[in-house]
Amino acid sequence: MLAKRIVPCLDIKDGRTVKGVNFVDLRDAGDPVELAEIYSREGADELVFLDISATEQKRKTLADLVYRVAEKVSIPFTVGGGISSVADVDILLQNGADKVSINSSAVKNPQLINDLAAKFGSQCIVVAIDAKQINGDWKVHLVGGKVPTELDLFEWAKEVEARGAGEILFTSMDHDGTKNGFANKALAHLSATLNIPIIASGGAGNMQHFEDTFTEGMADAALAASVFHFKEIPIKELKEKLRSSGIPVRI
Amino acid sequence: MKIVIINYGAGNIQSIKFAIQRLGHQAVLSNDEAEIRTADKVIFPGVGEASSAMQKLRDSGLDQVIPTLKQPVLGICLGMQLMCNASEEGNTEGLGIFDVDVVRFSNQLKVPQIGWNQITDLKSPLFQEVADNEHIYLVHSYYAPMVKETIAEAEYGVRYSAALHCNNFYGTQFHPEKSSTVGERILNNFLMMV
Repeated sequence: MLAKRIVPCLDIKDGRTVKGVNFVDLRDAGDPVELAEIYSREGADELVFLDISATEQKRKTLADLVYRVAEKVSIPFTVGGGISSVADVDILLQNGADKVSINSSAVKNPQLINDLAAKFGSQCIVVAIDAKQINGDWKVHLVGGKVPTELDLFEWAKEVEARGAGEILFTSMDHDGTKNGFANKALAHLSATLNIPIIASGGAGNMQHFEDTFTEGMADAALAASVFHFKEIPIKELKEKLRSSGIPVRI
Repeated sequence: MKIVIINYGAGNIQSIKFAIQRLGHQAVLSNDEAEIRTADKVIFPGVGEASSAMQKLRDSGLDQVIPTLKQPVLGICLGMQLMCNASEEGNTEGLGIFDVDVVRFSNQLKVPQIGWNQITDLKSPLFQEVADNEHIYLVHSYYAPMVKETIAEAEYGVRYSAALHCNNFYGTQFHPEKSSTVGERILNNFLMMV
């Protein structure tokens, strides 16, 4: 049976992890490769690296990081952050990334999704969507949720699927950082109306939240950052709890 | 041991190279017939769309080379699918090594299937010391149905071939190089074959 996936997300700046992490067994808390190895050992199903650096050397630093992660880690990983062209994706995949995630660049240039899917296959194209509710409607936001657009979440998600995205990573800006649980109603609506896997993001605070997003939210995967980085939720324990609740997970 | 990964411009070759490296071996990337024929083990990767990948094989003449190889050959993901008779994806004629036609998952399911699924009914030395129901990583929209060459099964709406075997040819729909310690075991079993 296909397992529900647990996905830690690492923010990267200039080749280093940004948010503080709380691993006693970590020699260098800023080294994404070492952190990735630990998560892989603890049972993470997949990793996401989100590059938030804005330097000139960004592309080369990121490609170098991807190479070093691929060298050490035997689980799949996705790379996102500032990817805006076929050439950007090509270099990341060549260095060993399994998937790439695009966000603002897809909104600005939706044809990019078609181009990437045609060249590399849908299976490696994740479209990340940040959205929040405005007067009851879910509106897509850009630049990490700062800039609102007129796009409706569900219509944009449909379009993204039609253009060849292989997966959608949906972050609710209303839930992100609250630790009050995922946006399960919106997630369930996405899952019911789309035919591609949905990754839930934003709002993880405790183990029950993961269970809820897999059941009520019908999510295929759940992504979180701080609850894993600060060891508030150990991945092994989380998966054991999910399994005891009847949710298929890989242990 | 000489390990050659067939390099025909389709797929995440770097990850396979690294996985072999973690097992203590070095692999060479090549599309040269002589190099491939003299290898002890050949890995035939593939990610992407079937008809364009098959076209690349034809352009390089590798479509004539691969079916006549004598050493153990492991096709991975699209590599395995191209070793079949045909694929529904792009109406592609395959290499005809495995006597089965690759078809698309039902639209009732989320397609592609992405993630960790379980392999059962393991019937090959490829799975030596691998337990039934272990999880392996897959990403695919098309699958090979169950046939006599099936050596591992998985279930996604239907039961299908997670791995195939015929003579010196092996194929896995899953990515051993991305399947954590289980995948490393399977890859190592392949490399240890004589």
